[in-house]
Amino acid sequence: MPYTYTKNIEKSPRIQRLIDHLYAKMPEIEADRAVLITESYKQTEGQPIVLRRAKAFAHILEHLPITIRPEELIVGSNSKAPRGCQVFPEYSYEWLEAEFDTVATRSADPFYISEETKAKLREVYPYWKGKTTSELATAFMSPEALTAIEHNIFTVGNYFYNGIGHFTVDYGKVLEKGYKGIIAEANAALAALDVADADYASRSAFLQAVIISCDAVINYADRYATLAKEMAASELDANRKEELLKIAANCARVPRYGAENFYEACQSFWFVQMLLQVESSGHSISPGRFDQYMNPYFEKDLNSGKITREFAQELIDCIWVKLNDLNKVRDAASAEGFAGYSLFQNLIAGGQDKYGNDATNDVSFMCINATLHVMLPMPSFSVRVWNGSPHEFLLRAAEVTRTGVGLPAYYNDEVIIPSLMSRGVTLEDARNYNIIGCVEPQAPAKTDGWHDAAFFNMLRPLELVFSNGVDKGVQVGPRTGELQEFTTFDKFYDAYKAQMNYFIKLLVNADNAIDLAHARRCPLPFQSCMIEDCIGRGKSLQEGGAVYNFTGPQGFGIANMTDALLAVKTLVYDKKVIKLCELKRALDNNFGVDMDAASAEKLTRTVAEKLVADGKKLTAEDIKSIYLAVAKNPLSDEDKKRYSELLEQINELPKYGNDLADVDAFARDVAYTYTKPLEQYKNPRGGMFQAGLYPVSANVPLGAQTGATPDGRLAFTPIADGVGPAAGRDIKGPTASANSVAKLDHYIASNGTLFNMKFHPSALAGPSGLESFVALVRGFFDQKGMHMQFNVVSRETLRDAQQNPDKYKSLVVRVAGYSALFTTLSRSLQDDIIARTEQGGF
Amino acid sequence: MMDNLAVRGRIFDIQRFSTHDGPGIRTIVFLKGCALRCRWCCNPESQSYEIETMMQNGKPKVMGRDVTVAEVLSEVTQDRPYYNRSGGGVTLSGGESLLQPDFAVALLKACKESGINTAIETTGFANADVIERFLPYLDTVLMDIKHINSEKHKEFTSQPNERILENAKLIASKANKLIIRVPVIPTFNDTVAEIAEIAAFASSLPNVDEIHLLPYHSMGRDKYTGLAREYKMGDIKSPTNELMEVLKQTAEQFGLKTYIGG
Repeated sequence: MPYTYTKNIEKSPRIQRLIDHLYAKMPEIEADRAVLITESYKQTEGQPIVLRRAKAFAHILEHLPITIRPEELIVGSNSKAPRGCQVFPEYSYEWLEAEFDTVATRSADPFYISEETKAKLREVYPYWKGKTTSELATAFMSPEALTAIEHNIFTVGNYFYNGIGHFTVDYGKVLEKGYKGIIAEANAALAALDVADADYASRSAFLQAVIISCDAVINYADRYATLAKEMAASELDANRKEELLKIAANCARVPRYGAENFYEACQSFWFVQMLLQVESSGHSISPGRFDQYMNPYFEKDLNSGKITREFAQELIDCIWVKLNDLNKVRDAASAEGFAGYSLFQNLIAGGQDKYGNDATNDVSFMCINATLHVMLPMPSFSVRVWNGSPHEFLLRAAEVTRTGVGLPAYYNDEVIIPSLMSRGVTLEDARNYNIIGCVEPQAPAKTDGWHDAAFFNMLRPLELVFSNGVDKGVQVGPRTGELQEFTTFDKFYDAYKAQMNYFIKLLVNADNAIDLAHARRCPLPFQSCMIEDCIGRGKSLQEGGAVYNFTGPQGFGIANMTDALLAVKTLVYDKKVIKLCELKRALDNNFGVDMDAASAEKLTRTVAEKLVADGKKLTAEDIKSIYLAVAKNPLSDEDKKRYSELLEQINELPKYGNDLADVDAFARDVAYTYTKPLEQYKNPRGGMFQAGLYPVSANVPLGAQTGATPDGRLAFTPIADGVGPAAGRDIKGPTASANSVAKLDHYIASNGTLFNMKFHPSALAGPSGLESFVALVRGFFDQKGMHMQFNVVSRETLRDAQQNPDKYKSLVVRVAGYSALFTTLSRSLQDDIIARTEQGGF
Repeated sequence: MMDNLAVRGRIFDIQRFSTHDGPGIRTIVFLKGCALRCRWCCNPESQSYEIETMMQNGKPKVMGRDVTVAEVLSEVTQDRPYYNRSGGGVTLSGGESLLQPDFAVALLKACKESGINTAIETTGFANADVIERFLPYLDTVLMDIKHINSEKHKEFTSQPNERILENAKLIASKANKLIIRVPVIPTFNDTVAEIAEIAAFASSLPNVDEIHLLPYHSMGRDKYTGLAREYKMGDIKSPTNELMEVLKQTAEQFGLKTYIGG
C-alpha cells in the first residue's frame, strides 16, 4: 500500500484538560500497596517465593483503590492522586523513612506525603527488616566491591534499591489472546509436567504463580468495569454516560480476552503497561514497537469504517497522557541522577520488520502526532532509522525535534541489528529490536537485559593511577606503581588498564550479587508470563527464564579520558614539558584554580557529613574552617601562575570532537579499555555482560565526586555527556563533532551509546532546515553512529551561553541567512538573536 | 594531478555545516583578499590579502594562512557523507576567490574530480578570461548584484559596476546555474525602485530564475574593532521583516523565484 499516512490531526480539547488535571498538584506518595503486600507476605510465610509474589500481587490488585479520572477514555491508575506513586518495601525502604520529612521539599522530584501515609508506612516497615533484596545483595557482595562503591568508582544503586524493570513484554500476545489465553498456555505447560521431573517443584510453582497473577489482572479489570458502570448510572451528561458504558464494556472484555477492535487494544495495552508497574518498582518498562502491534487493529477498524482517524488519534493521545500518570519516588541522590520524574518508558516507531522490510505505518505517524499534542516527557519517544526509512517520516520526526521537547531520539538500524547479532540474537529478532529506557537496544519480549546495571566513572581509575591505588587514605585499587616507574607512556597507559580491569571485575561482582538477590527474593511471575521463554522453561525472568540474558553496565567519560591520556602523552612523554609528579601536584591543587562557591559548599557538606558519620561533633566554627580549607587554594602565587600556564597549554592541545584522525582513533582505543574486558564476564542468568557508553544525567553528580583531570577539566565539574566531546571542546561544528563520535566502535557497545547535540531552533527553521537536519542524522548514521538526540535550546540557554561561553562552544544558531556557532558571535549580535527568539521570529 | 594538489593559496577560515550558501550541507572555504571594500562587509578580515592579526574575545588571532589544495581538499572531504545525503558540497567564498585563480581553480577541479558539488560566492569583479577558467568546474555560481547605478556602487563598494554587470551576462550564458544575490543595505539599496532595477537586470539574464535578498546585519561590527578599523555603518538597523517582504514581492514581479536569506 502506498503511504497514506495520518498527518496533522488536530488535538482534541479533551487532551489538554486531561493534562491539566494530571499536573494540577504535586505528586503524592500512597501507602496502599505497601500495606497490602505486607498483609499478604505475613500470610504466606514458608511458601515458595514465586507463589508468595503471585499471591501478594493478587491481594494488591483486589484491594488497591481504583479511580477513573475526569474525562478519561483509557482507564487504570495505580494511585488515587494524579501522578501519585506506590512504594515497594520488598526492595528497600530505609531511605524513604529517613526522608519522610524532606521528600516534599527537596529540589529534585519532590513528592507530597501525608501524616497518615507516613504512619501506615512506619507500621509496616519493621516487618521488612532483613527481608529486602538490597540487604541480601549486600550480603552477597565482596568486601572489595563494597569499598569500590563507597569510593565512587561505580554505582549500582539503581537495582540495589529498586526493582529491575528494563524490559519489553509481548504486548501483542495479550492483545491477541488475552490473559485467558496465557492461562491456557500455563495450564498446558503444567499438564505436560511429570511430578517426578527433577525440576517439577520449581516449574509447577512458577506456572501456578503465572495463573494466579493473570487471574488477578482479569479481576482487577472487572473492578474497573463495575466502577465505570456505577459512574455511568449516576452520570448526568449523556455523552459522558455513553463513554463510561463503553469503558465498562471494554474492561469487562480486555485484557481477559483478545482485543476485537482498536479501542479495546488501547485499553488492553494500558492495563498491561500500568500493572507491570504495580508488580515491581523497576523503571524503563518500555512499550517498544507500539506502532507494530497496534497498527493491525487500527487498520482493520479503519478499513471496515468502525473508527475515524480522529478518534484513533485521541485514544493514542490518551495513552500518551496516561504514561505520565505513572510515577516513582526515588531516594534524593538517585532523584538527582534521574531528575524529572522520569520512568523512561521508551516507545519506538519506524524501522524494519523481522524480514527486513520497512515497517513504518499509519500508527508510526500517529505516535509523532501524539508527541506533538501532549508535549510531555513520557513516552520517551524514539524513531528507528535505516537506509529504507521514508523521507517524509524523518521530516515529520524532525518537526518534533524542532519544538525543543528533546524528542525523538534517533536510532540506527544499520548498526544496532549487526551489533545485537554479534551477541547471539538471531537476524529476525535483531531486526525487530526496540529501545529500553534511554538508549539500550534489545529483542522485545525475549530479553532480560539488565540494561542499566551500573554507572562506571572511567575518570576515577585514572585518579588511582596517580595515587598508586589509594583513595582518601584507603588502598581501594591495585598498586600499579609509583609515578617515577612510568618511564614510558605505554607503562602509564598499562597502569590505567590495570586499574580499569580490577574495578570492572568488582563491578561484575556487585551486579551479580544484586542479580542473585532479585532471583531469590523477588521473582516476578506476571512480567515473566509475557516474556519468552519463561513459561517454556518454567522459571521467572529473574531466574533466567528469558531467551536472551544480558547485564549492561554503562561506562562514561570517553571524551575526558581521551583528552586526558593524550595530554599526558604529549606533555609528559613527547614534549617533556612537565613531569608526572608535577602534573599530579597540579591536579591535586586544581591547576591553582579556586573552587567555585557551590562546589566548595558541596564538598564542605560531604566532608562534614563524613566526620559526623564517624562520630565527630562539629561546631559552626569547625564547618567554617572546613569551608575555608576547601575553598581556598593553598598554592603560592608562583605555582598558581605555573599551573595556569599548564592549563592553557592543555587547552591548546587537539581534542576529541574535532574530526581529527589521530585523536579519534585514540578515543576508540580508550573506549575499549571499558567495553572489551567486560565482554568476558557472565551473569547468574546464563547471559553475558555487554557495555553501554552513556551516563543518563549521572555525568553531573558523579563529576562532582571527581577531582581535576589532565584534560584540563577542573575538580568536581561535570564529566562529558554520553559519547560526545567534553563541553566546549568541539569547535568545528556539528558535522566534525558527529564524525569524531562515529569513529568510536559502536558495535561493541551493544548496550547503547548516547550522542547528544545542541541546536538552537533557528538551525532547524523552515523546510530547508528540516532537510539539513535529516541529512545530518543520515550522514552520521552512514558512518555507523548508533544514536543521536538533540537539545534544541531555548533563549534561557542562550543567556547562559553568554555568561558561560566555554560551556557552549558548539552551540549552533541561525543568524540571518546562515548558521553560526553562537559563542563566536559578537555580544551585540547575540543580544539581537536572543531578542528575536523572544519574539518567536526567524 | 600532483601539481594541481600542490598549488598554494591563502585562506582565513574553513566553515563546515553551512546550510545557506548553495544547496544542502556545505563546507565554505574563505579565501583572503578582495577588490571591493563594501562598507557593510561582515568579514573585514577577508579584504586584505595580507596576513593580519585581529583581536577576538580579548585575544589576538592571526587571520590568514597559506595552504595547499591537498590540505583543503582533505578537510572538505571529511563531510562527504553529509554532502551525499543533502546534495551539498563545497563553496568558495571570501574575500574574492577570483583574485586567486590558480589556487581556486585547482581546488574546484580537485573537488570535481573527487565527486564533490562545487559553488562559488563572488562579486564577479575580475577579467572575463579569469572567470572563464572557473566555469567548467562550478555547479553553482552565487553572484552579488549590489546596485545598478555605477556611481552609487562605487561610493559604497569602492568599485564601479560595469565590469560586474558584463560578467553577469557572461556567467549567465555559460554557467550551469547562476543565482543572483542582493545584500539589502539600508541607505544604499533598500528601496523598491532600486531592488526593482536589480531584479529587472537579473531577469534579463539568460537561464537566471532565482534571486536571494540578504538583509543587512551588523555581525561584522566587533571585527572592525578587533582590526582597529572604523565601522562605517554606525547604528544602522537591519531591514524590517515587513520591508523585506515588500522587496520580495517586488522581485517576484519580474518572474524570479525570490528567497529572503540564502
